[in-house]
Amino acid sequence: MATPTLEKAGTAAQDASPYITVTFRIRRFNPEVSAEATWQDFEVEIDPKERVLDGLHKIKWDLDGTLTFRRSCAHGICGSDAMRINGRNRLACKTLIKDINPAKPITVEPIKGLTVLKDLVVDMEPFFQAYRDVMPFLITKGNEPTRERLQSAEDRERFDDTTKCILCAACTSSCPVFWNDGQYFGPAAIVNAHRFIFDSRDEAGEQRLEILNDKDGVWRCRTTFNCTDACPRGIEVTKAIQEVKRALITRRF
Amino acid sequence: MSAETTPAVSDVSLYDVDNPAPLIEAPRKRTKKTPKSTRTNFELYGWLFMRLSGIVLVVLVLGHLLIQLVLDGGVSKVGFAFVAGRWASPFWQAWDLIMLWLAMLHGANGLRTVINDYAERDNTRFWLKMLLYTATVFTVLLGTLVIFTFDPNIR
Repeated sequence: MATPTLEKAGTAAQDASPYITVTFRIRRFNPEVSAEATWQDFEVEIDPKERVLDGLHKIKWDLDGTLTFRRSCAHGICGSDAMRINGRNRLACKTLIKDINPAKPITVEPIKGLTVLKDLVVDMEPFFQAYRDVMPFLITKGNEPTRERLQSAEDRERFDDTTKCILCAACTSSCPVFWNDGQYFGPAAIVNAHRFIFDSRDEAGEQRLEILNDKDGVWRCRTTFNCTDACPRGIEVTKAIQEVKRALITRRF
Repeated sequence: MSAETTPAVSDVSLYDVDNPAPLIEAPRKRTKKTPKSTRTNFELYGWLFMRLSGIVLVVLVLGHLLIQLVLDGGVSKVGFAFVAGRWASPFWQAWDLIMLWLAMLHGANGLRTVINDYAERDNTRFWLKMLLYTATVFTVLLGTLVIFTFDPNIR
């Protein structure tokens, strides 16, 4: 930009380029070529203040157009680009290069526990199946009110944390129980059940609790806190699961 | 710019656009083999039992260890006469009986969840659990039998 301060500092500032060379080590899988997934390294000139997603864009647009990954909004809201970056589930669009040690190769893998379709794209259907199973929509009885369904601020606060979920699957695919037995509902489905179970306007909490009381429901949670660590929205996922367990216990006794 | 870290697999000709590599079946896909939802409170009671029995076991087991290994001369005092003396009292009989049942069921339920979490194939899971249940039932019944039929005058 042509701001005076920059022009004065001119030469020195422009000589010191912000760009550094970062190695992206990406897990590639193409079922049309091989049944095996392989690691491939890409070296990218990138500003460390940019995000991992920018690096992936540079690779796809300039180096190798066959690199396949999901991303939609690219600003941490749509939940499309959850991937395993340096061994942890994160959103590529919310992870800055400078925060994950660009001196070493940055490993990028698809999230675990779901079928890889190509490169970083996984089949999300089992994840959404579990989500649909907990009926993530308002259920009420009786006549519809003529006005909106009012709720006190305290009642709203009760489930505020779990409304933040963007369904990116970072939590569910970080759960060791889900990795080994995909029949487990997974943290994301329980979080979205929690959002309605503790909503004072909803009247099907009992049904949702009954669904999560199943042998593949909340009781399979081992409280390893992987989900809480992985959540890019900072939802206290394990706490939500424990609250569902407590609701089940207090309902019985 | 790009360099392969792992050499490309040699069976490139094996798969192509019309004949892609087989995908691993998705874990939660609904198939005919998918078990029906259970509608029982078994897992709830199992989970609750682990918490409650755990609390009781802390007292029972630590007390047991203290009496057997620390107090009154330590482990060297433990012998047939010592055991016979303790089991003469219904209080210690009850203590040992409750400890046996709780510890065995607590451990068995814990191992059941470990097997459920770690066994990958249904068959492995089934047989490991059968082995576990057999061992548990055997130990619990044998221990109970000994506590109730213990004869201090045995030769």
